[in-house]
Amino acid sequence: MPAHKNILSVFRRELGGYFNSPLAYVFIIIFILFAMGFAFLLGGFIERQEADLSASFFQFHPWLFMILGPAVGMRMWSEENRLGTSELLLTMPISPWTAIVGKFLAACVVLLAGLVLTFPIVITVEYLGDPDYGTIWAGYIGSFLIGAATLAVTSVISAFTRSQVVCLIVSVFVCFLLTLIGIPPLIEFVRDLGLGGLASFLQGSSFYENYDDPRQGLIRMQNLVYFLSVITFCLFATSVVIRARRA
Amino acid sequence: MIEVTNLTKTFGPKTAVDDLSFSVKKGEVLGFLGPNGAGKSTTMRMVTGYIPATKGTIRIGGVDIEADPNAAKFKIGYLPENAPLYEDMTVAGFIGFCAEMRGLFGADRDKAVDKAIETTFLQPVRNQSVDTLSKGYRHRTCLAQSIVHDPEILILDEPTDGLDPNQKHEVRSLIKRMGETKAIIFSTHILEEVEAACSRAIIIDRGRVVADGTPNDLKAKSSKAGNVHITIGAEADVARAALAANPAVGSVTPTESSNPGFSAELCPAKKTQTGELAAAVANLCGEKGWTLSELHQVEGRLDDVFREITRPDTEAA
Repeated sequence: MPAHKNILSVFRRELGGYFNSPLAYVFIIIFILFAMGFAFLLGGFIERQEADLSASFFQFHPWLFMILGPAVGMRMWSEENRLGTSELLLTMPISPWTAIVGKFLAACVVLLAGLVLTFPIVITVEYLGDPDYGTIWAGYIGSFLIGAATLAVTSVISAFTRSQVVCLIVSVFVCFLLTLIGIPPLIEFVRDLGLGGLASFLQGSSFYENYDDPRQGLIRMQNLVYFLSVITFCLFATSVVIRARRA
Repeated sequence: MIEVTNLTKTFGPKTAVDDLSFSVKKGEVLGFLGPNGAGKSTTMRMVTGYIPATKGTIRIGGVDIEADPNAAKFKIGYLPENAPLYEDMTVAGFIGFCAEMRGLFGADRDKAVDKAIETTFLQPVRNQSVDTLSKGYRHRTCLAQSIVHDPEILILDEPTDGLDPNQKHEVRSLIKRMGETKAIIFSTHILEEVEAACSRAIIIDRGRVVADGTPNDLKAKSSKAGNVHITIGAEADVARAALAANPAVGSVTPTESSNPGFSAELCPAKKTQTGELAAAVANLCGEKGWTLSELHQVEGRLDDVFREITRPDTEAA
């Protein structure tokens, strides 16, 4: 039986779950409000007088996704565990991968919907100046990757628990750590301690550092590889947790 | 169809299922009985491939569930305990999703969903959201899901739990009907259900099979099976003494009866058949000129058998 058809079934079911409940709409609205609000109020979008979104708009996305990514993803497996539907899903003649990937993709689409609906800021910047679209595209791609990575982290955590709240709190914490370990003040502090190697390692494994280049318009292979590795690793870990929970 | 051999499952130091072996053939409905915590659900979860066995093998239609889980799961329809459902879907949407998981798409899926809905009488709630359903409908929705792909094997964990008597009856007759062409295992606490729907029953206690046979075989295991119940028109003391003196009678236990006269349950003496005992009682009444207003063989009740062989564990924690 072709697995992609089943992935698509799970994907459609999950997407229905997001959009038949307030969750998707609440996420999209809150995300747009915060993304726009930060850009105008904290990012100095107007004051900068630059036809550029990297510092004013994209800069805040890691911090937004750190909280909103887990909020979108927390139902992935926690809800299955709570309702007992995992017993149904995992006794179907499908591989657990099918379900894991289908769920992950559906959550990504919700996230993507939020990102796409921030397009008015692109129109604004086009109206006010002459932006470099390559940079904006890179920013969006980087932002989506960091969001998808928070979802993948949430996927693992949600497989552990039947409580969405526990999943949310732990996932936010993990995403926060993964972002924090790359911020310049911390890196400098570690470097000042004489731990240059550790500093580079932390920097290289952080969401923050790997997002920094795409945010400014440069998508590098290493950043792509980093995010795809995090996602693959987390989804794999999800399958391990699911198997371990059953034994 | 289902062959389980030496199945064992341990959770840490606790043994939930202990060296269990049984098989179910096509056309058989196997009732799975046992007190709470006997290992019924754990066994079913292993048979459906939800949890791995610690030891032993499970073959589904000849396929080892460890070796080729998807091929084995494909043959199974499963109703888990408490009938879990996706709350945010409609009844038809949910059954359709489960059909797709079993490889039915497009027109095949729609046809299968219609048939499952018809079989389980879900037409009135077809497009209703699952979270608004009553318990009976929820259970039947999950049951519909398990039969949507017309599986060869059905595993039903307490399919009548929480249903009203009419719904219980419906589900029972459905199981019986489907049992003619499938291999079915279902677990239950309700013993009359076993008599109503099963062709065979297994009683498990603390992870082991303690009895295996047709409902009638099991009933015969009752210590009361083979006894004779009588009511005779005579003074109780006289009748009791006369009966006890008869060589065919093992013991006399007076019982209460709404009929006038002396009622008792007679246990046959050793090596005496039930028929001989009945004849002896009839002769005795003839000699003494007593009226014999009631004489029938006591059938063992499954209840009694169940209680006798699954006594609550007094020593264990």
